[in-house]
Amino acid sequence: MANVRLTIDGQMVTVPSDTSIIEAAKMIDIEIPALCYDPNLEVVSACRLCIVEIEGSKKLQTACSTRVKEGMVVHTHSEKVVEARKDILQLLLDSHPNDCLTCQKAGECLLQKYAYEYGLKFREHDGAMRPQLLDTSSPYILKDNAKCILCGKCVRTCYEVSERQVLYFADRGYGTKIVCDADQTLEESSCVSCNRCVTVCPVGALIDKRVMGKIRAWEGSSKVVNCKVCQYGCEFEVKSNGKENVAVVAKPPANGRPLCLKGRLTTELLYVDKPEDPYRKVDGKFEKTTWAKALSLVDIMEKVEKLDSVNDEIGEK
Amino acid sequence: MITVERLREIKEKQRPILEARLKEKDIATINEDGSIVLKGEYYERQVRIALKNCGIIDPYNIEDYIAVDGYSALADILMNKSRQEIIDDMKASNLRGRGGAGFPTGRKWEEAFKYDADQKYMICNADEGDPGAFMDRSILENDPHAVLEGMAIGGYAVGASKGFIYVRAEYPLAVKTLRVAIEQARELGILGNNIFGTDFSFDIELRLGSGAFVCGEGTALIESIEGKRGMPRTKVFRTAHKGLWQKPTIINNVETYANVPVIFQKGVDWFRSIGTEKSPGTKVFALVGKVENAGLVEVPMGMPLREIVYDIGGGVQDGKKFKAVQTGGPSGGCIPADLIDTPVDFESLDKIGSIMGSGGMVVMDEETCMVDIARFFLDFTVEESCGKCVPCREGTKRMLEILENIVAGKGEEGDIEKLERLSDTISSASLCGLGQTAANPVVTTIKYFRDEYEAHIKEKKCPAGSCQALVQYFITEKCIGCGACARACPVGCISGDKKERHVIDQDRCIKCGACMEACPPKVSAVVRR
Amino acid sequence: MEFKFDVEKNKDNIEKFKLFIEEHKDMPGALMPVLQEAQNIFGYLPLEILQMISRKLNIPMSEIYGVATFYAQFSFIPKGKYIISVCLGTACYVKGAQQILEEIEAQLGIKAGYTTPDLLFSINSCRCVGDCSKAPVILVNEDVYPKVTKDEVKEILDKYRSEV
Repeated sequence: MANVRLTIDGQMVTVPSDTSIIEAAKMIDIEIPALCYDPNLEVVSACRLCIVEIEGSKKLQTACSTRVKEGMVVHTHSEKVVEARKDILQLLLDSHPNDCLTCQKAGECLLQKYAYEYGLKFREHDGAMRPQLLDTSSPYILKDNAKCILCGKCVRTCYEVSERQVLYFADRGYGTKIVCDADQTLEESSCVSCNRCVTVCPVGALIDKRVMGKIRAWEGSSKVVNCKVCQYGCEFEVKSNGKENVAVVAKPPANGRPLCLKGRLTTELLYVDKPEDPYRKVDGKFEKTTWAKALSLVDIMEKVEKLDSVNDEIGEK
Repeated sequence: MITVERLREIKEKQRPILEARLKEKDIATINEDGSIVLKGEYYERQVRIALKNCGIIDPYNIEDYIAVDGYSALADILMNKSRQEIIDDMKASNLRGRGGAGFPTGRKWEEAFKYDADQKYMICNADEGDPGAFMDRSILENDPHAVLEGMAIGGYAVGASKGFIYVRAEYPLAVKTLRVAIEQARELGILGNNIFGTDFSFDIELRLGSGAFVCGEGTALIESIEGKRGMPRTKVFRTAHKGLWQKPTIINNVETYANVPVIFQKGVDWFRSIGTEKSPGTKVFALVGKVENAGLVEVPMGMPLREIVYDIGGGVQDGKKFKAVQTGGPSGGCIPADLIDTPVDFESLDKIGSIMGSGGMVVMDEETCMVDIARFFLDFTVEESCGKCVPCREGTKRMLEILENIVAGKGEEGDIEKLERLSDTISSASLCGLGQTAANPVVTTIKYFRDEYEAHIKEKKCPAGSCQALVQYFITEKCIGCGACARACPVGCISGDKKERHVIDQDRCIKCGACMEACPPKVSAVVRR
Repeated sequence: MEFKFDVEKNKDNIEKFKLFIEEHKDMPGALMPVLQEAQNIFGYLPLEILQMISRKLNIPMSEIYGVATFYAQFSFIPKGKYIISVCLGTACYVKGAQQILEEIEAQLGIKAGYTTPDLLFSINSCRCVGDCSKAPVILVNEDVYPKVTKDEVKEILDKYRSEV
C-alpha cells in the first residue's frame, strides 16, 4: 500500500492511502469526535459529528468515511466545523432525557463528554421527545430507547455474529427505534445476553444491569482480565470499590471475539466478591437459577465428584 | 431472433396502420420529416423529446414503437458502434441527469465503463415521489419502450448485462405497462441473449418500491433493491464503482433514459442545438397549482419561467396575481415574481437557490402563504426522512415544529434566525441529498418572503389570508340577516335577529369558514382577513 | 391489540405464498418482492408469515421487521373491507366527533387504528376533511356521512353489514 502525505490542523502526517481521515488524525493525537464510528464496525457516517473541512471541497466531509489523499489539507476544528458540530450535538440533546444525575453511564457517556467539550446544555423548548420505551425485562441488560441516539453500533455489532442478529432498526424518520426481533422485549426475543451491544453503546441506552447502583465510572479501580471459558479469551474489566470487587464488565469484542453470557458469568463468579444470583432464559422467560445450572456445570460437577471420590479412595489406599 | 431487416419490416408494416389511426382520431400532425406532433397550441409550443411518443403510440404494442423508429438506435449502435464511441457521444451530448442534480450522464457511464467487473448493472430510477410531479409516470405509461431502449444502449456502453427498473408500487398502470413492454421486447429478442445477433446480452427486471420517498436517492434505492431498509449509504465509493451488490452500477431516471435513443437517432449536434450550452436538450415540467392550463410541458432548457407559466400555462387561474413558483419539490425552492424572467436551466435555478429537481413546477398566487408552503414541504420531508443521520432526522423535526408554531400564531422573536441556523447545519452536515436539500423551501421563502414570516411572528397576521389560526371572519354591513351563516356555524357563535346584521363571536369562532360558504353568493357578507 | 392470524382460514393462501417463496428464494434481494406478495395475499403482514419468511429466506427476524416497518406500504394490521374515517378536525371535534368515534369503537369492539376480526371494518381518525359546516363528518370508504349523531352510528354500520 502506497503512503500519502497530508496536513491535518497544520501537522504533516504520512499514512497508508487506504486510511480514513479519522484514523490518520488519531495517529497524531488529534481526536475527532464521533458517536457512530467504531474501527471494528462498518462505517455508516450517521452521526455526522466527525465532519471536517477539507480545502478545495465546498461541502463538509465526514472523517470516518473519507479516505486520505496526497496533499490533502484538513481542518478538524475550524469555526465552521465547530459550529455545525455544536448544532448536531444540540439536536441530540434536544431529544435526550435530562437524566445525567442518576444515569449509570455518567462519566463514560460520549454525549455527555462532547456536550462538556462544546459547552452545550439540555434544551429549553418543549418540542417533541421520543416516547419512553424502557425495557426492564432482562436481568442483564437495561434498554432505554429514550436515551438512544440511533448511532446503530449495537445493531452492527449484534449483526456480526450470525446466530444472534437480534437488534435492528425499526420504523423511520424521527420515529426510528432499535428493536429486538419483531419489536419484542429482551426477554421475549432471541437475545442471549452476550452484552456486545452494551459494550459499544456510547450513551445510556444499553446498560449492564449488574453494575447498576454498585459503582460509577470514576469511582474505585479496575483491572482487565481475560475470560478462561474458551480460547477467544474475551476481555473483562473487574471493578473494585476499594474494599471488594463489585462487578465485571465486558470490554468491546474486538478481533473477532464473540463475547458470551457464560464467559461473563464465569468471570463474575471468579472475581466478584458477592455476585448476584444468575438467571437463565427458559422458553422466553428469565428464571433465577443456580450457578451450576447457569454455567451448565451440573453434569460435570456430578461426574467430577464421582471420579474424585474414586481417586480419593485410591489415594487413601 | 431480431435482425435489422426484421425491424425494418415491422416498421414498414406498422407505420401506415399507426398513421391511419392518428388520422382517424385527428389528434396529431404528421410532418414531412416523419415526426408526429400532437395537435393544439398547448403542444405546438413545446419541444418534445422525452414525451415525443406520448399520446401518439399504443404503449401496449411494441410494433407501434418500432413504427416511430423505435429500437433503430439500438440496432444501429450494436451493428456499427464501439462502446467507447457511445461513451464519447454521450459525453459530447452533455445530457444531464433529469432526476435532480443534473450530473452529466456520459461522465457517469464512462466511470462504470472503465471499471472491470464480472457484472455491472443499469438501474432506472422510476421512484418518482415529489408531490406534484408525474412526468416519469407519464413516460412509463405511454412510452415504456423508450426507457427500455435507453437502458439497453447504456448497458451496451458500460458493459452491463442486467437492468433493474425500480418503480413505485403506487403507479400500478406504469407497472403493468412496463411488464407488457418487457415481455414483448423479450419475445421479439430485443431483450435477452445475443441481441441483433451480436454478443451483447441484456435483460431487465422490475422491482417495486413500497412507499419510501428517500428511495429516489441512488444509494437508498440500491439498498432497497438489495432487500434492505432504504437508508442511503455513506459514499466511500461512487455507485459507478461499487453500487448494487458492490458492482459498478449506473442509475439514471426515466426521463434521462427516454432521451438517450433520440440522441442517437438524431445525432449529438441536433441535441446540442436545443437548449443551452451547459444544459442542452429539453426538460419536462409538471406545471401545476394555481395555473390556468395545468399539465406536462416539455420545453427547451433555458426558456424563461415567464414563457412557461404564461405562454404555455396560460397564466394564473381566475385572474389572480402571480406570487411565486416552486420548482424541484421538497428539495427545491420558491421563486418570487420578480425573478420570473429567470431562464430555466440547471445553473440559473441553482443561482437563485432553487433546483430543477425532477421538474415539479407549482404556481402560487397571492392567496398562497409562503410560510405555510415551507411548512408543507418540511412536513413531507419529516415524514419521509429515513432517520439515519442526525441533522436530517432531528433537525427537520425541529424546523417543522418552529414553522408549525409560526403558522399557528405562536411564533417568537428569533424563530427566523433559528430556522436559518438549522437550515445551514442540515444542508452542510446531512448524509444524503434529501437531507442536504431539505431546508431549501425554508431558505428560499425566508430569502424572498421574509416580510411574510415577520408578519406572522410579530403582527400575528397572515398576509395571504391563508393560515387558519391567524385569520378572522367578519360579517359586513351587506348582511341581510337571512341566518344561513348562523345555521351553518358548527359552534353556534353567530348571533343576530332576523333581517338584522349578524355578528361572529371571535372568542368562540374556530375559523372553519362554514359561514362564508353558507352566505348566499349574491350577498357575500362574510369576509376573511 | 394483536391481530389473530387464522392459519386454518388462510390455508390456501399460505400454500400459494409458499410457492411464491420457493420460486423467488434464490433471487438476489428477494425480501422486498416476498414482503410485497405477502401484503398482497394476506392484506397485511402477520407475524406467523414473517417468521416463515425468516426461515425460508434465512434472514433474521429483526431485519425483516426492520425492512417491513421502513416502507409505508406494509402494515401489521389487516385493513377491513370498509374503512371508517372519523374526522377529528376542530369543527367536528367541538361537535362531538370524539363521542362518535367512541360510539363506533364500542359498537365494533375495536379501537381506532384497528380492524374487526371479521375483516369487515377498520376505524381511522383523520385530520380535517374540509366539510366543517356538516360537522361531525364520518366517511365509510368513499361515502360521506354529514352531521352524524351517536344514535345513527348503529344504523350506518348495519347498512354495510347487510351489504355483505
